[in-house]
Amino acid sequence: MSAEPQALLEVRNLKTRFYTFAGVVNAVDGVSFSVGRGEILGLVGESGGGKSVIGFSILGLIDPPGKVDDGEILFDGADLRKKSEKEMQDIRGKDIAMVFQDPMTSLNPLQTVGQQIDEMLRLHSELDAKARRARCIEMLTDVGISEAEKRLNNYPHQFSGGMRQRVVIAIAMIAGPQLIIADEPTTALDVTIQSQILKLMKRQVRERHASMILITHDLAVVSQMADQIVVLYCGKIVEQGPKQDLIGNPAHPYTQGLLGSIPKLHGRQERLTQIPGTVPDVRNLPKGCNFRERCPYAQPRCAEEEPEQQGVGAGRSVACHFPLKQEAAP
Amino acid sequence: MQGFLKSEFFFNYRRSASAIIGSALMLLFAVYVVFGPWLVAQNPHDIASLELLDSFKPPAWLEGGDPRYLLGTDGQGRDILASVVYGARISVMIGVTAMLCSCLIGTALGLLAGFYRGAVDSFIMRVADIQLSFPSILIALFLMSAVGTGIDKVLIALTAVGWVVYARTVRGSTLSEIEKEYVQAARVAGLPDRKIILKHVLPNVLTPLIVIATIQVGTFVLIEASLSFLGVGVPITQPSLGLLVKNGFDVLFSGLWWTSAFPGMAIMMLVFGINLFGDFLRDELNPRLK
Repeated sequence: MSAEPQALLEVRNLKTRFYTFAGVVNAVDGVSFSVGRGEILGLVGESGGGKSVIGFSILGLIDPPGKVDDGEILFDGADLRKKSEKEMQDIRGKDIAMVFQDPMTSLNPLQTVGQQIDEMLRLHSELDAKARRARCIEMLTDVGISEAEKRLNNYPHQFSGGMRQRVVIAIAMIAGPQLIIADEPTTALDVTIQSQILKLMKRQVRERHASMILITHDLAVVSQMADQIVVLYCGKIVEQGPKQDLIGNPAHPYTQGLLGSIPKLHGRQERLTQIPGTVPDVRNLPKGCNFRERCPYAQPRCAEEEPEQQGVGAGRSVACHFPLKQEAAP
Repeated sequence: MQGFLKSEFFFNYRRSASAIIGSALMLLFAVYVVFGPWLVAQNPHDIASLELLDSFKPPAWLEGGDPRYLLGTDGQGRDILASVVYGARISVMIGVTAMLCSCLIGTALGLLAGFYRGAVDSFIMRVADIQLSFPSILIALFLMSAVGTGIDKVLIALTAVGWVVYARTVRGSTLSEIEKEYVQAARVAGLPDRKIILKHVLPNVLTPLIVIATIQVGTFVLIEASLSFLGVGVPITQPSLGLLVKNGFDVLFSGLWWTSAFPGMAIMMLVFGINLFGDFLRDELNPRLK
């Protein structure tokens, strides 16, 4: 993907490794992508694909034995890896916020939601107590919680799962961050609530002209939300490009496999296609293409050489020796 | 208050005989500890108020007993009841103060170990392991022989013994709490470590400590009594219950049993009450039994 100079976040050749007893895990292995201003980027992949690690790497919150070994994380032109912990604490929450997967555990059970939203303002704004309270009420109303003033004094256990996730979104949004990293924000929710929450997040991001990285294993979610899609496999990007194009014409067999495993509502479908096999052991990756053992189109060359990123059409790239043919040009 | 009377805690409390007896005993001692000097006629530490002629009087209901001395007197003519009341004050104060010190130090170390893990954790927990491999009285004895006796020394010895249980409990809960997303969320929000520990982790690991702290007061009263009985506890000028038992013990076999027996019974009642109530708290506050 061509990196525009005005991209809000530009990740270049990011390498995050975990030095465990059983060996070195390349959780994120040379990943590069960029998020433009006001853009929603979908980060897709299976469990253990290194998606969440990318989010925490950006925030500088990788704990030992993990370590960001290489790469640049340019946020607004400045490399976050060169910032001190103190500077990072200022950036976290204020410029880059995060929405977590499980609203049951992502709120402190012993503090009212009001206290927890207020904490962000106390950290990242100069407002006095009264102004902060007004701001909290406004924010809570904005994420669709009625009687916000009363609800501020409630504890998390007095909210349902979907409501809690709204609170989590309010906490993430209140300091006006430019980038929101949403790590599987709807995975733990009821299906009926999922699309409400997704719509809410999309509206919040668009209204504020913020950008978002949406981390998920669910291509259906991404296709509803994202402008750009990055598909990860074993810590590497296998394919990236604009949503419409990528969903319509997947160039990597893995993307095609992911798409095939989404049930379709219309038309007859005997059974869902699935990707055979499992993700290889990341401590001991095979030579050549990581996906070849599960790939229906694998050739001898795939076992020898690791595929490089190559351009396929406007703004798209794929890491495959034999990218799938574009079935119909748009 | 209205809310408390309607709470499940109070509901269960009213139905638990051991909880009521335990808390009644604790309340009795609390009243005597606070108001004791106004409830008994004599100050046993004030030599001027003692009548040597009244020495070794048996309890009032026995032959030769004196109604002024309900539980009899000791060799100096001290009223045993007054001595027990004053002794209980010293015992309870030592128990509670040592518990607070242990809790403070143990909780702080446990939080550090659980939050930072790595070398900090290993160091603190190895020290705790070493501590646990000695009987607590032995540690106290070593310490007392090294630094001398006195109430402050007893406190140091008890704290040195008592912090471990808090440190281990808090470390364990901290390890499981910091895995939860709200702690991650606090880090992502840009909160410094100090605030995450104090505002988010600490309140969430406190509940089990209430039980430990309650029961530990009883344990400390016992250890202190043992130390005083062994002669390495409180000084003779500030006799705790344990020291009273020891002083009476010298004349126990002369048939003057009351000088030892009543302080001993006081220790038993105090520790029994604390343990009964502590058991009730343990059942109430244990989330696994809910």
